[in-house]
Amino acid sequence: MKENLSQEKFDLVISADKSFGDAARELFEYRELFYILAWRDFKVRYKQTVIGALWALLRPLLTMVVFTIIFGKIAGLPSPGDAPYAIMVFTAMLPWYFFSSSFQEGSNALVANANMISKVYFPRIIVPVSSLFVNFVDFMISFGVLALIMVFYQFSPSENIIYLPLFVVLLALFTVGLSLWMSALNVQYRDVRYVVPFIVQLGLYVSPVGFASSVVANDWRVLYSLNPMVGVIDGFRWCVIGGDIKFYWPGLWLSIVITTLLLVTGCLFFLKTERKFADVI
Amino acid sequence: MTTVLKADSISKQYIIEHQKNPGYKTLAESLAVLSARVINRIRSPFSSSSTSAAEEFWALKDIDFEIKQGDRVGIIGSNGAGKSTLLKILSRITAPTTGKVGVNGRIASLLEVGTGFHPELTGRENIFLNGAILGMSKRDIQSRFDEMVAFSEIERFLDTPVKRYSSGMYVRLAFSVAAHLEPDIFIVDEVLAVGDLAFQKKCLGKMDDVGKSGRTLLFVSHNNSAIKSLCSRGIYLEGGMIAADGEVTDVIDSYLSNTYDGEYESLVDLERLKECDAAGFKIDSIGVCNLSRPDRQLCSGDDIQFRVNYEFTGTNPSPALIFSIKNSHGVEVCRFSNSPISGVALELKARGVIELTIPSLALTKGIYYVDVGYAHESVEYYFNVEALVRLDIGGADVYGSGFELDESRGLVWMAHNWNSV
Repeated sequence: MKENLSQEKFDLVISADKSFGDAARELFEYRELFYILAWRDFKVRYKQTVIGALWALLRPLLTMVVFTIIFGKIAGLPSPGDAPYAIMVFTAMLPWYFFSSSFQEGSNALVANANMISKVYFPRIIVPVSSLFVNFVDFMISFGVLALIMVFYQFSPSENIIYLPLFVVLLALFTVGLSLWMSALNVQYRDVRYVVPFIVQLGLYVSPVGFASSVVANDWRVLYSLNPMVGVIDGFRWCVIGGDIKFYWPGLWLSIVITTLLLVTGCLFFLKTERKFADVI
Repeated sequence: MTTVLKADSISKQYIIEHQKNPGYKTLAESLAVLSARVINRIRSPFSSSSTSAAEEFWALKDIDFEIKQGDRVGIIGSNGAGKSTLLKILSRITAPTTGKVGVNGRIASLLEVGTGFHPELTGRENIFLNGAILGMSKRDIQSRFDEMVAFSEIERFLDTPVKRYSSGMYVRLAFSVAAHLEPDIFIVDEVLAVGDLAFQKKCLGKMDDVGKSGRTLLFVSHNNSAIKSLCSRGIYLEGGMIAADGEVTDVIDSYLSNTYDGEYESLVDLERLKECDAAGFKIDSIGVCNLSRPDRQLCSGDDIQFRVNYEFTGTNPSPALIFSIKNSHGVEVCRFSNSPISGVALELKARGVIELTIPSLALTKGIYYVDVGYAHESVEYYFNVEALVRLDIGGADVYGSGFELDESRGLVWMAHNWNSV
């Protein structure tokens, strides 16, 4: 019977497993859905709120103020280069908020869209990834705020800023990789719902958001850099503040390696479990 | 005619877990099971481990069929026969455990109307969202937008969030989007059972157009007359296998004669039957028989008999047994009680049978539920078990006019005459 089916020509064969090529082709066919889902999330995001998109500004801004006071003033931690402490914090706030929001929404995205998943077919990977697009809009808005803060402090960015897009890509890939893992796990294990906020909360203190990573003792630097956000945040600071910040290269390489690993395994795991989503969600 | 869909021995297995678990697990449980397995492996490395109380269940088993372009196929079968699983596999929502399906052309499936509708978004926005989820391109949606809106009859509310819609408006909008999909193969689950009657008719008309325009249609419904009018071919699924495949009227006939199982015991909720025990009166079983045609499902116009096997140890000077037939919306259509309604005194023995015979059943096609109660006449109910018996009444052409009556044409029919004088 099997030979029978493969002898005839079919546009599509539905079977227990799907090849990587099929998955990629489907993703291309459904590319508009990325945009539509992101647009939906963006549309409903600030519905029935009074100040709407201002929330996108307020959250990082207030955190920056608090961190600047606690780490900069009270704890008296140093700011590398000649940048004001506020700018140093806000530069890290950008990738951090992008990561934490996308990651939280992405991990929960499949479960939140359970109804769609059990009733319609589309490449499931679109759902967690589209959460990134929405948060990218917030990211761009925050970027505008950074520019305003820099004008306020009369601080001009370093020429390294042309490399910033590379770090944005690294940040996005890391976020996607982790979101793929967590969202797929969340379908089967709802524990993820409790793990993710914990990771995010802890991550804010473990990552060099409120302080410069140079504060960490040199002996511990490699271990510290196992957190890929360290490489990303250092990169952002290097691009924006530049000056005499000494870039810690092993940290960046480690960040790239771990991100790649997460992304590849995340994709594989997602594609492997995706076909069972509708049965267990 | 070219083949557009070919199923090659597809099977779907589900694992049923016997602890009362939801479908998903917690990590801790999995770890516990895992560690138990590991320990077992170490203790007895060569035995096959079966630590969890899981049972395999084949929702579909070796399904083979071939559908040609332009075929209009109705899939019928009782609940749990595998219809939905089959549709889910064909629409790629879930993967078959074994076997393959070959498809030529674009498939669109409609297992639910309004999938992905977001309550906060307006009607207009939801048309685009839902269209994209169903696989339409933005350009397709734009070109058919006016048609969709006209079909749904909700022009005035296009810019209102759908959370403020009435359920009828919601369904109309949702179906309009789906109805304008224009795929090569259209898979439709029982979605027409929603909305008001006029709109249902409009939807059926639209589906008919789909069939007539040479597109392939796969349609699941419990409404046999809808299947008869829309489809030319029927596939009857039973217990995950194809029980019949062929001309639609033949397949429906074999379905109707097969759904009869002995005395319809399965229609009595056995769990709740236990509640029929009070004041020394206990019902052991209730049988439902079709006296007119014992070999098939109850239909309008058939003679029907309920047989109640009981045990009696109490005292009750004027016992009353009450059967109340309600439709699926809970409206009481008819009530039978030996006393006081019928004014018949029943004498209860230590063990015996009470028969309630209803000649020429006046109910039209549909699902009805029977409440069964036991009382002391006009004094008090000892028990009244709601929806104890489920009656699945099939349609019949009782007036000999070619019309099968269902709820949409009244809950009951009765003998009558027309004269022009």
